[in-house]
Amino acid sequence: MQAGRKRMSSLIEKIIACPDCDLLQHIPALPPGGRARCPRCGCTTASSKPGSLDRTLALTVAAAVVFVIANVEPLMGLSAVGRQSSTTILGGVLEMWMQGHEITAMLVAFCIIVAPAVHITFMLSVLLAVRQPPAPSWAGTLMRVLAFNQPWAMVEVMLLGILVALVKIADLATVSPGIGMFAAGVLISLIAAMTVSFNAHEAWIRIRWADEEMMRSAAVPDSLYPGRTGP
Amino acid sequence: MSTGAMTGIKLGLVSCEDCGLLTRPADVHEPGYCPRCGEELVLRRHNAIQRTWALIIAAAVCYIPANLMPVMITNTVTSVEVDTIISGTVLLYMTGSWHLALIVLIASVMIPLAKLAALAYLLVAVQRRSSGDRYDRARLYRLVKFVGRWSMLDVFVITFTVALIQLKPLMSIKPGAGVLFFAAVVVLTMIAAETFDPRLIWDSNSKEDKNDGP
Repeated sequence: MQAGRKRMSSLIEKIIACPDCDLLQHIPALPPGGRARCPRCGCTTASSKPGSLDRTLALTVAAAVVFVIANVEPLMGLSAVGRQSSTTILGGVLEMWMQGHEITAMLVAFCIIVAPAVHITFMLSVLLAVRQPPAPSWAGTLMRVLAFNQPWAMVEVMLLGILVALVKIADLATVSPGIGMFAAGVLISLIAAMTVSFNAHEAWIRIRWADEEMMRSAAVPDSLYPGRTGP
Repeated sequence: MSTGAMTGIKLGLVSCEDCGLLTRPADVHEPGYCPRCGEELVLRRHNAIQRTWALIIAAAVCYIPANLMPVMITNTVTSVEVDTIISGTVLLYMTGSWHLALIVLIASVMIPLAKLAALAYLLVAVQRRSSGDRYDRARLYRLVKFVGRWSMLDVFVITFTVALIQLKPLMSIKPGAGVLFFAAVVVLTMIAAETFDPRLIWDSNSKEDKNDGP
């Protein structure tokens, strides 16, 4: 990095417009674990999470393993009048499809399989890419998909839904939770922990800009790449 | 407290909705693309008011068949039982699990209705350029965004009940047509919450700021 690039650094790094109310504000130096809130609307505008990217990477690797288990193992088994049945996550979707509810089946599949899978794999790719800043700009594209995708990943809603279904069925038959159900329980804790520990700003400042001319003229300072110098 | 507030729109600065980078585009009304992440920059989301209205009206229309049409059809050797969302909740209450009945009632009846009402209120307040209760409206918006996904609960309950109870010919459960409408309500209100632009809550008192055109 050449000298003379630090002109606008303070602006880029410290001034933001609140995403919820557009108020311009200066982000103060935050203590570890501290948060900045917009003085006008109360939206959280910045947070300091020491070790955010490493911790999130560890959680994401764990979530990837547990996600596979949750999807492969049966969620629950049922026995009634001498007959057995069991289902996996995908099994629920397929049954819905075969009953002629293709659109609902696709929506359910998206919310409980596709969106969580995208969340975990894209997060993993971004976190691995930003370990060597500046990360290529495709990491930014993945970050954008992640933000769009996040509200649609509904593993925790699914788990509550399964519990309600179990209680409903309990009168009719003997039901027993399977390994997949426990794995889904662990998975929601891991995904929640990933969301809490991930600091998107930390990732963004390590990603190469889509417009490299602008990146050069905006004078992204060396301090934006921790590992070179401190702020 | 907000009349003299320094906002991005007043100083010709645009904040990227995806990566948060603040930039000064050549023309603030045609800001182009974010130099960092490549997302299209917008001062305010395009036609946010009209689009959000369209989505919540569509959701309100779907809400009627979602509650009138059956969501689950239980076939046993001797009988056929048809359940709507409400009757399913009542059944859950009667079979002794009032906590779960309450959760289902909140998630599938109250949250969708409250979301429709809250979004309509936010839109009307913005359109009337109301400057009262802005802080509370901002909090209401964040609550609506956070809570919306939980309405999918009943769709998952039905999916897994149907998947397990396939003990033909003794007993089988089929999903009813109401499920699709109910899922549509949830999806439409979730998209509506993302389409609304919370910044409109705060710039409704200055005319030149109200740039909501495409």
